[in-house]
Amino acid sequence: MIIRTANLNLYYHKFQALKNVNVEIRRNVITGIIGPSGCGKSTLLRIFNRMNDLIEGVRITGSVLIDNEDIYSPMHDLILLRKRVGLVFQRPNAFPLSIFDNITYGPRVWGISDKKTLTEIVERSLTAVDLFDDLKDRLDCPALSLSAEKQQRLCIARLLAVEPEILLMDEPCSALDPIATSKIEELMIELKKKYTIIIVTHNMQQAARIADEVGFMLLGELVEFDTAKTLFTSPNDRRTNDYISGRFG
Amino acid sequence: MTFRIGPRTSQIIAYVALLTMTAIMVIVLFFIIFYILRNGLGQLTLEFLTDKTREMGKEGGILPSIMGTLFITIVATVIATPLGVGSAVYLVEYTRGGPIRRIISFGADCLAGVPSIIFGLFGFIFFVISMNLGWSILSGGLTLAVMILPTIIRTSEEAIKSVPHTYREISYSLGGGKLDTILRVVLPTAMPGILTGVILGIGRAVGETAAVIFTAGSSLGLPTSIFSSTRTLAVHFYILAREGISMPKAYGTAAVLIIIILAINFIAYRLMHRFIARYY
Repeated sequence: MIIRTANLNLYYHKFQALKNVNVEIRRNVITGIIGPSGCGKSTLLRIFNRMNDLIEGVRITGSVLIDNEDIYSPMHDLILLRKRVGLVFQRPNAFPLSIFDNITYGPRVWGISDKKTLTEIVERSLTAVDLFDDLKDRLDCPALSLSAEKQQRLCIARLLAVEPEILLMDEPCSALDPIATSKIEELMIELKKKYTIIIVTHNMQQAARIADEVGFMLLGELVEFDTAKTLFTSPNDRRTNDYISGRFG
Repeated sequence: MTFRIGPRTSQIIAYVALLTMTAIMVIVLFFIIFYILRNGLGQLTLEFLTDKTREMGKEGGILPSIMGTLFITIVATVIATPLGVGSAVYLVEYTRGGPIRRIISFGADCLAGVPSIIFGLFGFIFFVISMNLGWSILSGGLTLAVMILPTIIRTSEEAIKSVPHTYREISYSLGGGKLDTILRVVLPTAMPGILTGVILGIGRAVGETAAVIFTAGSSLGLPTSIFSSTRTLAVHFYILAREGISMPKAYGTAAVLIIIILAINFIAYRLMHRFIARYY
């Protein structure tokens, strides 16, 4: 078990966006979080690297343990946490910099300035997302000139460059076409050998294809959490059943 | 039966009306530039540009004024740019859009609309008299810095605000701190907009008359330090024309001023394009 939350509640001012969430996430598996829009799935995802802290008026109660350490304790190093727990965003969002500078952004922030080390990091990160052969001769090109799929791969590579343990993915394929989506999915399955992946998706087929365990959320509540097989074939809760059979959402 | 204009006709009318407005604007602009250059270009000899001013400007060149303008503008830009960009960063990144930011932004907007002669008077009382800096390049530069500060703050603020919020989130999610995020992501992305503000400021400073006549004086000697009094091109032009010393020399000065401003804008435009083209 790598992540464990206990009685987790999150409020935006008066609105309660997460209600008493208790979830356990296993190491080196893909955990999918599904649910209709506004159910709190992205909010839950952003709990794990404290991205919600950036929003004004957010209040959190309960605990979130990563490797048995409470990440919301005042003693916890926020910057180190964000290095360990990386986030892939919904839209590919490379910086308006060169490919090389995009990938080395994180390492440079962490104080690595040696050109040779940075080049190695770029090679390793791009190889991990299967882009190195394609891009090795144009690392100085603007990252924004790449296709959406390659930009999203680049964003994942940028994340891998800081050597995280957990990858959070917030609907990483929603801006991509089906062929690009299946390529990113293959990549995720490849990456789970080394990383723990949590993916938020509105696409149930995607969750069924790649996730080992799936949580279903509704109105801020984690209704059900089980292996993908059980959740999609014989869910316990009627609301889960209604959602996966397309009765709402 | 009522008379109605068909959609086709109204399209044509709108097109013609808008084209006319644009044409009037372009004609006025070009007429001014053409008129000044036609009267002034004849004066532009190497001697005019590199010689000292003699007999109050009736004879000789305008080298002291070119240097005075250059130095005052440099002083103003060097002081106002870090102050303005720094304030803008603080307002956007550290105040979270609260009432402080709104009050300061409103204040900056008001200040930007204050007539330059008011800044001149302020500079005279504060820098020249109270701080005892005298009529000098430093006093003039400081006054112009205060004058262009609101422009730089407001344009930088807008440029920084328009940096997508996700860029900041990505930076944080990669373990970047606030300062890393500002220095490595926010400022580089906002740079074209910030540059625009600085260039606008420089443009205002170069051509300013009222604010410097009280603060930098109108001496015609070659400036030797930032404590020298000097006469900017705009002031020189004003005095030549106002006191009827020499209209040809006045037009020559005006032509130089216009060419300098055109050149600054052209260079800034090229720089900005090069900057943007690099990464987009």
